[in-house]
Amino acid sequence: MNSSIDNPLITRSENLERVINYNAKSEVSVKTKNSIKRSHRQIKTEVVFRRTLSVIGWLMIALVIGILLTLIWQSMPSIKKYGFSYVWTQVWNPTASVVNPEVFGALPFLFGTLLTSFLALLISIPFSLAVAIFLGEYYPEGWFSNLLMNTVELIASIPSVIYGFWGLAVIIPILGKSIMTSSLILAVMIIPYAASLGRSMIRMVPANLKEAAYSLGSTRYEVIRSVIIPYVKSGLFAGVLLSLGRALGETMAVTMVIGNNNSFPKSIFSTGNTLASMIALELPEATDDTHISALVELGLILFVVTVVINLIGRKIISRYSNV
Amino acid sequence: MKAVKSLLLAGIAVAITGSMFITGCGGNGKAGGSDSTDNTLMGAGASFPNPLYSKMFSEYNKATNLKVNYQSIGSGGGIKNLTDKTVDFGASDAPLNGKQDSALSAPAVHIPATAGAVVLSYNLGADFKDTIVLSPAVIAGMFLGEITKWNDPKIAEINKGVKLPAIEVKIVHRADGSGTSNIFTTYLDKVNENWHNKVGKGSSVNWPVGEGSKGNEGVAGSIKQTNGAIGYIELAYAIQNNMAYSKVINKAGNVITPSITSVTAAANIDIPADGKVSLTNTDAPDGYPISGLSWILVYKEQKYNNRSADKASKMIKLIWWMTHEGQQYSAALNYAPLSPKAVAVGEAILKSVTYDGKPVMQ
Repeated sequence: MNSSIDNPLITRSENLERVINYNAKSEVSVKTKNSIKRSHRQIKTEVVFRRTLSVIGWLMIALVIGILLTLIWQSMPSIKKYGFSYVWTQVWNPTASVVNPEVFGALPFLFGTLLTSFLALLISIPFSLAVAIFLGEYYPEGWFSNLLMNTVELIASIPSVIYGFWGLAVIIPILGKSIMTSSLILAVMIIPYAASLGRSMIRMVPANLKEAAYSLGSTRYEVIRSVIIPYVKSGLFAGVLLSLGRALGETMAVTMVIGNNNSFPKSIFSTGNTLASMIALELPEATDDTHISALVELGLILFVVTVVINLIGRKIISRYSNV
Repeated sequence: MKAVKSLLLAGIAVAITGSMFITGCGGNGKAGGSDSTDNTLMGAGASFPNPLYSKMFSEYNKATNLKVNYQSIGSGGGIKNLTDKTVDFGASDAPLNGKQDSALSAPAVHIPATAGAVVLSYNLGADFKDTIVLSPAVIAGMFLGEITKWNDPKIAEINKGVKLPAIEVKIVHRADGSGTSNIFTTYLDKVNENWHNKVGKGSSVNWPVGEGSKGNEGVAGSIKQTNGAIGYIELAYAIQNNMAYSKVINKAGNVITPSITSVTAAANIDIPADGKVSLTNTDAPDGYPISGLSWILVYKEQKYNNRSADKASKMIKLIWWMTHEGQQYSAALNYAPLSPKAVAVGEAILKSVTYDGKPVMQ
């Protein structure tokens, strides 16, 4: 190893360069000290590592496509039998009787899923926004902030069956089983997603933007309203989208409190049912092929709804994104 | 282009393995097929008799060291697993229907193993516990949404001397597919023309009125929370949780209190040789009319998928024990012991099970 730092002929600026070179060189030289074979192995490792990553990446994509194909394939008997009328039929009757034939229609459940989820979102947004602003801007540090943040994050990690139980014991005696009840419980469950993403977004707002606004005489509320919120709105929306995804697929808690009525809901205070809870309820005891495939088709619809909402969401995010 | 192709291939591969998983194995894929000398039997099916079966299997294990792994995944799941031959035996609250029968690759037999009942539990406050009598017409009327008040003349007529409150009838039914719903709707289907025409019988039906709850515990919870509610739950669950439940007028016109005695009585009728009989609306004069048998299902020919003769013999011995000595554990768990006639039919069926054409029982 020839050190160039000690060479008096090198000027200061060159020296700087040399120092960097020297460091880079020495790093390589440590690794390649023994023989040239090492570097072959390094290249090999590099290639294998990169390939492993891309294989895993492709595998993820294949997995999702595989699930979609499985759903389509398993719901084929129902698709063939009912076609598109499945989506807007309002009757779900797995047991044929003299006057009422066996028929499967997903509309009440599709509507139930969308209604409970969006209602939950509407209820949760003020709370998640408030928590995000409070933790992101007002009290980013300190014991109370930590306590609040951990509490909110704990909400996300409580198993949904516990929310269902809490709903059964506390909310149902007051409100009864209804779509509103399940939306309330869903709202609580999804607050952390939007809140914690919103908080980290708000903390990332550059200080110079805020300081500029303060220097112009803005109050804190005005800074939040006209600087912070516009700056992070795409991030806030991403959090909301995450919450919505959680609400759409939630099964256990909703099943326990929605009243499981398979007819089309008359209002948000009547009982209803959702796609996910219907599958969970009827699949274990379903033996008839058409019945099973109609239940799988509910899953397919849920899959499609989730994908469509995510795509719309992404469009909106990219349109309003500042980055 | 290459990437798209490989992606497509991978997608198809995953789809195939995924669907094989769904249709193929419900439990341990090896179980039905293993030739083994191992001392374990696999069973799956009805959740209703699970507490009783668990007790029986644990007692049998103490006596013979045979391990039975029973998964209470529901009758539908048990039938599916038996069809796929992933279990040694299935268990169901309803006999196989034509479609299920034809899905099997070989004939299966039904051995009655225990009996249970479905009771109508209600919430009219503490004053009305154990006082209400219901008739088939009234039960059907309530569940069809035709009788909407508790002081309806039709209810009052059969409850003379009871001052019925003028509150609304609130129906609670099972939301999940269940053998309990199957027994209850089979009963209504038999006793009421209107029900037969409009709704029919099955483990999931399109309920004309009411709200759904999951499981016995869900229905019981809803009844407890709602004044004026009525719903159906298993007798054992109702007794254990001290729920109020009604007496029911049976086919012979007698007012019957649901109990393990009246359920056993319901099963003491002439049972066909294949064991497949619905006890609902029983002819037995002292029998509770909303009762049902629960069956163990096995293949009639036990030599399949490299099963050993030893395994077949162990299983048949186990089922024999369940229908005889095992019955002593019924009463303590609020299950109805099998009637002598049901035991006799079971014996004949067990003797007809073969291994390679020869009877398993010597």
